[in-house]
Amino acid sequence: MKKKLSKTARASIFIAIACIVTLWFVPMWRIDLAAPQYPEGIFMQIWINDVKGDVDIINGLNHYIGMKTIHKEDFREFVYLPIALAAFCLFGLVVFILNRRRYFYIWTGALLLMAALSMYDFWKWEYDYGHNLDPTAPIKVPGMAYQPPLIGYKKMLNFEALSQPDIGGWCFITAVTLLTCVSIYEWRRAKKMNL
Amino acid sequence: MKLSFFLITMASALAVQSCKMKSAESAAGGDAAARTYVAPGKYDELYNFVSGGFNGQVSVYGLPSGRLLKLIPVFSVHPENGYGYSEETKPMLETSFGFVPWDDQHHLALSQTNGEHDGRWLFANANNTPRVGRIDLKTFKTVEIIELPNSGGNHSSPFITENTEYVIAGTRFAVPIANQESALDNDSYKKNFKSTASFIGVDKNTGHMSVSFQIILPGMDLDLSRAGKGPSHGWFFFSTYNTEQASTLLEVNASQKDKDFIVAVNWKKAEEYVKAGKAKKMATEYYHNQLNEETHTAASEVIREVLTLDPEELKDIVYLIPCPKSPHGCDVDPSGEYIIGSGKLAALIPVFSYQKFIKAIEDKAFEGEYNGIPVIKYEAALHGEVQKPGLGPLHTEFDGKGNAYTSFFVSSEIVKWSIKDLKVLDRVPTYYSIGHLMVPGGDTRKPYGKYVVAYNKITKDRYLPTGPELAQSAQLYSIDGDKMQLLLDFPTIGEPHYAQAIPAEKIKDQSVKFYDINKNKHPYASPGEKATKVVREGNVVHVYMTAIRSHLTPDNIEGIQVGDEVYFHVTNLEQDWDIPHGFAIKHAPNAELLIMPGETSTLKFVPVKPGVYPFYCTDFCSALHQEMQGYLRVSPKGSNVPLKWGTGEQEPVAAR
Repeated sequence: MKKKLSKTARASIFIAIACIVTLWFVPMWRIDLAAPQYPEGIFMQIWINDVKGDVDIINGLNHYIGMKTIHKEDFREFVYLPIALAAFCLFGLVVFILNRRRYFYIWTGALLLMAALSMYDFWKWEYDYGHNLDPTAPIKVPGMAYQPPLIGYKKMLNFEALSQPDIGGWCFITAVTLLTCVSIYEWRRAKKMNL
Repeated sequence: MKLSFFLITMASALAVQSCKMKSAESAAGGDAAARTYVAPGKYDELYNFVSGGFNGQVSVYGLPSGRLLKLIPVFSVHPENGYGYSEETKPMLETSFGFVPWDDQHHLALSQTNGEHDGRWLFANANNTPRVGRIDLKTFKTVEIIELPNSGGNHSSPFITENTEYVIAGTRFAVPIANQESALDNDSYKKNFKSTASFIGVDKNTGHMSVSFQIILPGMDLDLSRAGKGPSHGWFFFSTYNTEQASTLLEVNASQKDKDFIVAVNWKKAEEYVKAGKAKKMATEYYHNQLNEETHTAASEVIREVLTLDPEELKDIVYLIPCPKSPHGCDVDPSGEYIIGSGKLAALIPVFSYQKFIKAIEDKAFEGEYNGIPVIKYEAALHGEVQKPGLGPLHTEFDGKGNAYTSFFVSSEIVKWSIKDLKVLDRVPTYYSIGHLMVPGGDTRKPYGKYVVAYNKITKDRYLPTGPELAQSAQLYSIDGDKMQLLLDFPTIGEPHYAQAIPAEKIKDQSVKFYDINKNKHPYASPGEKATKVVREGNVVHVYMTAIRSHLTPDNIEGIQVGDEVYFHVTNLEQDWDIPHGFAIKHAPNAELLIMPGETSTLKFVPVKPGVYPFYCTDFCSALHQEMQGYLRVSPKGSNVPLKWGTGEQEPVAAR
């Protein structure tokens, strides 16, 4: 009895899985760009398996500064991420069936790890795109790099960029927050019972 | 004493000198500035399509600001974007008399559904070489032009029926049909000259035009026309002058009769006769030019026969209503009940009643025949006359609240009057000598109202002087209140005649931003830079070229010889809004090209001397626009310089 999960925790498993499943249907991240020539704005959306929005337009503009063009095929993440998330969901069902607190902690840890790795990976890509520029590019501004912000606002030459989670991203954050809170709750509950 | 007398004389002389005629200068009303001010970045309330008259184009203004938004070439070549110069657009201006690069564009009609503007197409007439053009309001491009056989001066056109069943084309200059020649005297005119009313059928899905049938009328000048609407739907009404049938000095000879006619045509009946096989096939020749929006290319088709109907044989399709003194405007009110004929030399405006007109036909209230066509008694069809409205009435528009607005050329004013009781309600001066006037939707069953625009014939002192040749002038008036109020003057280009206006909402959201490159089916398109090449076929050379910020591919071409016919097929690879590219080559004797994103356009160039010919993008497309350039090497005829081409580090491809 002592090692079993509370009703709240068991319910949270399904809520977290539901949150993660939405990522197949809605975009995860969103980068908005605006410039004097683009009053209507252009944007890019990152899904777990694709990159959508005005990618062609952004690629067309990037050639001035020698930034690599963005192609879906270049990102192995678009293959691994759906597999990892699907595995996570299955693991959640296993945790539910086994009904052990320890597994719940491991499961939560897995999601936190995935979140951290994804953000690091995203940052690395942005760094790569922003710094590895074609030396023959027509426009070269000494000392200028074009790394988009990981999250938040940044101005680069004539462009303003705003990077933030999209609906899927918020669902993911909800899942992370939920599982973290429930884990803490479970841990305290276990401590109380042991006393 | 003598001195004081002298001073008094001087003073009175000065006093006389300082008496002046009342100036025509007029200040617009107090809140006019606020009512026409469209703040930077804000949109106008209405699109105003204005005929270009002798420039053969259509201009688009925003209302109420009067800002010029666009010039749409229709019947005239336009070197600015290559219309009529590119290989793709040349066929648009082909006629049975060859390539005609100019016309006199007078009237416009927006397509209608249920008697309201539907924002799909705009029709334009060509007065000189009789033609009707169709502009697609998704792209603001001329997509179709049809020539009219048996016509001289397509003036009473392109007025439209309430579901765009037909666009009309009526002959202003009666001519012998089938391009016959004739002696020029009044007797020969009576014998040989005919007027025709052509009914151009419009496909309700595609907008494609075809001449469905022509009604051959006695020789006279069909001036303007309007379709019936509501109860009078099924009829078309034309004004006429020169029913005296004179061939010379019409100024005098066509102004003799007290009354000319409103010609009423029962087109529903005419349609039935055509279906019943009563129409005669006449051999003729005319051109029908259409733009294929997938290949971005126009093609001409020659049509060799036309169906004609003779109202002398088919007695119940045409009736004549006497109308005072060479009527010009012939306008039908929004209810479809009242037909207003404006005798341009008359001192009154007759208003005819459709119900009375139909009853007169039933009662056979005829005063006789004119060349075998029944003439209805004037009083039998008359609703009433507007007495002393002004001098030289021309055209009438409506606000949908029971009021009519008539333009007066001679007295230079707009007069507002009530249709029901024929009372003059208000009048405002125009600067100067108004021709057409336009209330937004004023020719439909549901006028938008709010404004009336005067399109004036004389400008004089309204703007800063620009030498002897001045801009034409339009004036915007508010008609919201009981009194008309001048809000704004704005200069126009060409000579505006009739115009149309439509709320921006009906058009702006359907506007195409660029063409999908994947749907480009142009036979010489290069869908990507890898598809670019140069192909020689005898002395014809096809250059498959692409344009994308900020280079042309290929940009170095060698192996061209003097006398070669070089076709530059330039595809704009951009897929973004407002990124056109231009193409021009040194010494090209035709024009440049403006190529919209996803489009392919072709410029023909025949070098006459050896040398190196720079070519470049003419539309400032990007930060590196100035670098968007290249060279064509032209060698003497018979030279052995091989054909090669390329851009940048790409190894030039060897000749095939």
